Amino acid sequence: MLDRSLIGKSYPEIIFSVEKQRLKLFAKATQQSNPIYFDEVFAKKNGYPSILAPLTFLTTVGYDQGKPYQYLQDLGVPIGNILHASQEYTNYDSIYAGDELRMESRIGEIYDKKEGMLEFVSFVSKYKNQKRILVAESVSTIVLRNNENK
Amino acid sequence: MKINNYQIGDEIPSLNINPISRSMLALYAEASGDHNPIHIDIDFAKKSGLSDVIAHGMLVMSFLAQAITNIFPQESIKKFDSKFISMTNINDILTCEGKVIDIELKDSIKKLFLNLVVLDELGVKKLSGSAIIELIES
Repeated sequence: MLDRSLIGKSYPEIIFSVEKQRLKLFAKATQQSNPIYFDEVFAKKNGYPSILAPLTFLTTVGYDQGKPYQYLQDLGVPIGNILHASQEYTNYDSIYAGDELRMESRIGEIYDKKEGMLEFVSFVSKYKNQKRILVAESVSTIVLRNNENK
Repeated sequence: MKINNYQIGDEIPSLNINPISRSMLALYAEASGDHNPIHIDIDFAKKSGLSDVIAHGMLVMSFLAQAITNIFPQESIKKFDSKFISMTNINDILTCEGKVIDIELKDSIKKLFLNLVVLDELGVKKLSGSAIIELIES
């Protein structure tokens, strides 16, 4: 069983620069067809300050650090035994190339189903931009498959 | 259809995705920074009890996001949630679908509640989700 005492554990703030090239790469990898996600000239013509970050781009912020799976290591979870169970985004404001984001995260909940065969961990993050405006919140929940360990 | 004309029961146009390939997963790993080897290293996937690498759930969710933003401006999308139901495998052919299940009108803000789903070519559900869209009622 995962250590429930880690519920609420918070992690140091991560500062993330939203770079144009990174957005272009992300748009390519996710096969975006709308140029507002990769063409700055087009984005500006359409009233945006720069290239717009797509809805799921914030996932990159958590990975862009030395130890992206630190919370899993803290829980003693082997990365090969986890699956992404669910993902939630609440959006308050748009994110553009040139923004600098600050992400604050904590372990939200730890719970189990099927008599402990499946354990769930949620990781809750808040994102603010350089104007200190809260732009988004996310909840990422992973599931640990315990059956193979028994 | 104009975005303000969507009614309960209306579906957004479905989005078809090319078959999932290893190079798509490698590119997404690079772009997202999610280098979990279960998505790119078949030896690691096998050691973890799978028969092959599986797609990143967030890549599938990103396709679904595009099905919504193809219709609604991104700034109108206030909430976007996904549950990953089953693994997406190499060569799966995904289709993203969405349907308006409820509408609330309050102070000239029209809130659309969408049910979302991603299916493979056999109709197996990969992901189910929801979104809340806020439009200004003109």
